Amino acid sequence: MSTVQDVSTAPVVAAVPKKAMALGPLASLIILALLIVTPLFVKNFIIFQMTMWLIYAIAVLALNILTGASGQFSLGQSAFYALGAYTSAILMEHVGVNYALTLPVAGLVCFIAGFLFGLPALRLSGVYLALATFALAVAMPQLLKLGVFEHWTGGVQGLVVTKPDAPEILASLGLKVSQDMWLYFFTLLVAIVIYIFSVNLLRSRSGRAMMAIRDNEIAASAMGVDVSLYKTLAFGVSAGITGVAGGLGAIAVQFVAPDGYTIQLAIALFLGMVVGGVGWLPGSLAGAAFIVFVPNIAEHVSKGLSGAVFGVILIIIIFLLPNGARQLAYGAQSLIGKLRKN
Amino acid sequence: MNCRNFLRTAALSSAAFAFLAFSTSANAQKKYDTGASDTEIKIGNIIPYSGPASAYGIIGKMEEAYFKMINDQGGINGRKINFVSYDDAYSPAKAVEQTRKLVESDEVLFVFGPLGTPSNTAIMKYLNAKKIPQLFVATGATKFGEYKTSPWTMGWQPAYQSEGRIFAQYAITEKPNGKIAVFYQNDDLGKDMLKGFKDGLGDKASMIVAEDSYEVSEPTIDSHIVKLKASGADIFISISTPKFAAQAIKKVAEIGWKPMFFQSNVGSSVGAVMRPAGIENSQGVLSLAYAKDALDPQWDNDEGMKKYLDFLAKYAPFANKAESSALYGYGQAQTVVQVLKQAGDDLTRANIMKQAASLKDFTTDTLLPGVKINTSATDFYPIEQLRMMRFTGEKWDVFGPPIDSKLGG
Repeated sequence: MSTVQDVSTAPVVAAVPKKAMALGPLASLIILALLIVTPLFVKNFIIFQMTMWLIYAIAVLALNILTGASGQFSLGQSAFYALGAYTSAILMEHVGVNYALTLPVAGLVCFIAGFLFGLPALRLSGVYLALATFALAVAMPQLLKLGVFEHWTGGVQGLVVTKPDAPEILASLGLKVSQDMWLYFFTLLVAIVIYIFSVNLLRSRSGRAMMAIRDNEIAASAMGVDVSLYKTLAFGVSAGITGVAGGLGAIAVQFVAPDGYTIQLAIALFLGMVVGGVGWLPGSLAGAAFIVFVPNIAEHVSKGLSGAVFGVILIIIIFLLPNGARQLAYGAQSLIGKLRKN
Repeated sequence: MNCRNFLRTAALSSAAFAFLAFSTSANAQKKYDTGASDTEIKIGNIIPYSGPASAYGIIGKMEEAYFKMINDQGGINGRKINFVSYDDAYSPAKAVEQTRKLVESDEVLFVFGPLGTPSNTAIMKYLNAKKIPQLFVATGATKFGEYKTSPWTMGWQPAYQSEGRIFAQYAITEKPNGKIAVFYQNDDLGKDMLKGFKDGLGDKASMIVAEDSYEVSEPTIDSHIVKLKASGADIFISISTPKFAAQAIKKVAEIGWKPMFFQSNVGSSVGAVMRPAGIENSQGVLSLAYAKDALDPQWDNDEGMKKYLDFLAKYAPFANKAESSALYGYGQAQTVVQVLKQAGDDLTRANIMKQAASLKDFTTDTLLPGVKINTSATDFYPIEQLRMMRFTGEKWDVFGPPIDSKLGG
């Protein structure tokens, strides 16, 4: 009994001061510059990988808002990712909507779905909430296969999506931009907008309310915070952002199928959040890099034991850096500070 | 150079020129696309070494071992095969990433044997747009053989629809007034084969009196079987994968139902299906096959099977001979080697595709006697022949001639 109570009363996530949730301006600019310049010098394939990296970073960021800021767990992010991907794909292929316009729709659909799912989830907390969202992730691939929706979803066969070309205006300016390059910069733009939105959200009144709930629900409600509203809101916002990431993912991969959005994806996103540092938004980029690139490294080491190698790398990281990339960044910061003093 | 010498040189060189021009294509000028050179042919592959379908990873390992054997024997026309195989974890997103890596970073000549319907669908558009062969995909989905819409994509194993059609033909001839109950897995495999079955029945589709599907996540399928029996059907077709195939065979016997029982090829393994279902329950079950079963004693003295087992001992000690996927990888690799032999020194992507589409009566060590691989410019379904078999005693008895489904042109 006591363990159960421990779980439900202790704060699930260590408090992160709100100032520490974002990077300083200088570091942000350096990273942004790198993200803009690098694709100009690498092959299309690497640009594609970087696009996937950014897309997963957006999805990890969304989970970070939910877990890091409002203290709620979710293993069901893959369901919202799938919903966003299918929304974009169906709008593009069946309705003929421009790809860029499908993203806000995907975000909105997922926001509503997340908000509605957040309502019953209110009664659950900690590990129980994680289990409820887990159920959602497990159910989603099968829901997508349902015969009722098959006309729209393509059933088990999935839907093939046409990749957008760079706008013609760039070509008329004499710039040759490949599809991959264009999609990368488009994704980067979306990612920056979402990042700025998220940072501002967490600095706002709503963000403070969410963090108050995370730190102590009873105290927060005594202070006049509408606990249920902000908890569901966090769920909705997180789901909405994940949906946008899903939509981008569908455009980049050019294909959606139920098998692409299994519980594996939800776990990968969760992993990305932990490796990046729970509650530290820039860590999403590091976490996403982990889930995109480390499996490839593991495969390079040993094909037959790639899973085991991946596991070993993960254990080492969790041992050395229990707070993920955030710890690394802070370490580097204090080191630079010391060097400056000397 | 004086005049006479000049004339002689001219005569000689024109003779040589004429000789070259009329000689066979093997001596023609060497032509290469990215990924091929005088010393090497680079082949790319994606397969799930990890994730939910990692059991199929053995196919990739077998292919790698087969190419190692070919290289040890001196390669193909003096060129060694460099086989680059990546893990896609059965995820379409990962499949796209790895395929692009193969094409853009490793610069392979073509992609061979990518596995699974979702992964292949995800990369089909990309490879066709880039005009890179997507050769011998490891799935039976019928869409990977439509030469008009995807001229750079070719299947290998019999399309699921072929199998459905042949079952239908057999049912019509044997029991023209039968009542059919269909049981299928609710995924691309089940639906594709069901379509072939209905196409095969044609205007006799009214023979089907009941249809029921199951999800791979269901722990037991017993209730489906009971329901289907209640329809009064006397022909039962089970389009199912091993675990469910075994359950179905067992349940049908348990409830005392004795229909003409068709089992799809994917669920016909003796070790994984028939034995667990109970040998006595499995008697008389019908199925289709195109490849030999390494466990079946009737092939003990078979030339091809001997070669296969020698290969296993020497190059692939990691593989279990009970695994049909291992045999599959061997057969696929043997087919692609034939394509490369035919291509000679013209190792362009267009010629690879052209040679893959001109296989004539080719057979591998692992195909059943009489089953031949034939392709043409309008037929992108390499293995289209299957043979009926009946489970008798402890093994499958093949009977009747190879049946052609005539799916392709």
